Amino acid sequence: MITVQGLTKSYGPADAIRDLSFSVDQGEVVGFLGPNGAGKSTTMKILSGYLPADSGEVRIAGFDIFSESLKARSRIGYLPENVPLYPEMRVGEYLAYRASLKGVRSRRIKEKVEDAVQLCGLRHVQKQLVGTLSKGYRQRVGLADALVNEPDILILDEPTIGLDPNQIRDVRALIKGLAARHTILLSSHILSEVEATCSRILIINKGRIVATGTPTELRQRAGVPLSGAVRLEMSTESPLVTLQELNSLPYISKATTLRESEGWVTYEIVPRVEDPRTLLYEEAVRRGWKLRELSAREVPLEEIFSSFVPTSPDQSASGLPAGDHQPERRS
Amino acid sequence: MRVFWTLLKREISSAFLTPMAWVLLFFLLLLTGFNFYAGVSSLNHGPTEVTVVESFFNTVFFWFSFLLLFPLLTMRLFSEEYRTGTIELLMTAPVRDSQVVLAKFFGALVLYSALWLPTGLYFLIFWWQTHLQAAGAMGAYFGAYGLLFLMGMFYLSLGCLCSSLTRHQISAAVMTFCLVALFFFTGLLTFLSGQIGTFMKGVTVTFSPIDQMTQFSRGLYDTRAVVWYLVMTALCLFLTLQSLQARRWRG
Repeated sequence: MITVQGLTKSYGPADAIRDLSFSVDQGEVVGFLGPNGAGKSTTMKILSGYLPADSGEVRIAGFDIFSESLKARSRIGYLPENVPLYPEMRVGEYLAYRASLKGVRSRRIKEKVEDAVQLCGLRHVQKQLVGTLSKGYRQRVGLADALVNEPDILILDEPTIGLDPNQIRDVRALIKGLAARHTILLSSHILSEVEATCSRILIINKGRIVATGTPTELRQRAGVPLSGAVRLEMSTESPLVTLQELNSLPYISKATTLRESEGWVTYEIVPRVEDPRTLLYEEAVRRGWKLRELSAREVPLEEIFSSFVPTSPDQSASGLPAGDHQPERRS
Repeated sequence: MRVFWTLLKREISSAFLTPMAWVLLFFLLLLTGFNFYAGVSSLNHGPTEVTVVESFFNTVFFWFSFLLLFPLLTMRLFSEEYRTGTIELLMTAPVRDSQVVLAKFFGALVLYSALWLPTGLYFLIFWWQTHLQAAGAMGAYFGAYGLLFLMGMFYLSLGCLCSSLTRHQISAAVMTFCLVALFFFTGLLTFLSGQIGTFMKGVTVTFSPIDQMTQFSRGLYDTRAVVWYLVMTALCLFLTLQSLQARRWRG
């Protein structure tokens, strides 16, 4: 659906992107991931036909974005960063205007706007002025605009930036729902975001693609073990287990006490084997341990990301926010 | 064509959905109202050589409000879209650059015409009250309003060009005002230099709006003026299109 070959764009002497090549197949949801200033927005502006590239080729559904721009553009729904909108228009009015602009036939406009409004949960603000909407609703109006003419391809630049956690969850669910009917390319600098929504990830840094693949593939390629530490929580009343005993088990490389409170103790275990949970379970049954938790901590994508993108001093300030990820996954 | 109408509709409705069009309309009618009053009351001072229509279109009140309209009508056209970023959504929709330029220009032209249209009421009121024609013949009305429209086209297209050059509305307004003033006051060149030759004198008089208006509001049409305004409008719109495209290439 999207083919990018050797794309280069510079602003004055500074290269924004250098020799970028990738492709997105029909029905894929691809996450464009990179630190701020990596060239994500520039790439998306070129793909949507807003900016021309210095060199390279972009084909959208087979149409060249430069020479067959109108045909290519009519197949794209684009959500720019920060969602610029006309504040003096009403939501329904604005969507009808955009639908008409994108060539939806007059008699179908009402129906298409209804669909988009329904899908994006805009029903009760339909008559409201765009200028009075909150950030979350503006984002939804932007999304509704992008998909009002049911384009094959959605290009979403930072679709969840500036939203509160509830809104982020809503927008993510919305994107997942759209994945069935559209090919989606979305950008983000938040790792858990792309992991939650995308089937494939493109990691971009300083205008170049440094890695691409599914989250699992990226993990393997980064050389980070698939599973990390195991957490074991048991009652202190159960036949007492000491750290020494745990450490003496052959499949355990190192065990440490994480915390101990109100009759429960939690150990963190670094294993020697791929996944020691079944072994630990059998051990627990044999010795009659009273278990409350036995879980594997999945390696967060952060570690994988930083193995591809070394933090340079100028990036660390604006780098990856640590707040919005869930490093632990219980299984 | 449908895209053009969609764009035009939005341009016009956005002017009337914000207070801008209404504020302009109010103050323009206020100023021209004084102007009309002054023109009519001058009739009390004995016979004059000019008709009411001629005097209406040749006063400081009229020209002052006329000149101020252009920067106000055109400064937001492109600049505002650049500043708020809506240009990005506009230009990534399947629309041609030329459609955008024409829609913005004609949107401003419709608004401009809508502002002047109610001034025709003054002459209706005059006729209703005095049962006298405000002008010698119907041609005078057509001449005056026709020239107003032609000049409007040229100066609005100049405004479009200035607005397409910058994201700052005030800069666009200042540029528009200066350029409009430059073309408007060409007639004054005659006063600046006594050494000016008769040929140049002829040129400046031909293209001086004040002299043109004196002619047109008597019903004397000069095709040179008509052609001049049409050609200049086309040129400015062409340059606006180039500027819009160049902006995209620069990024």
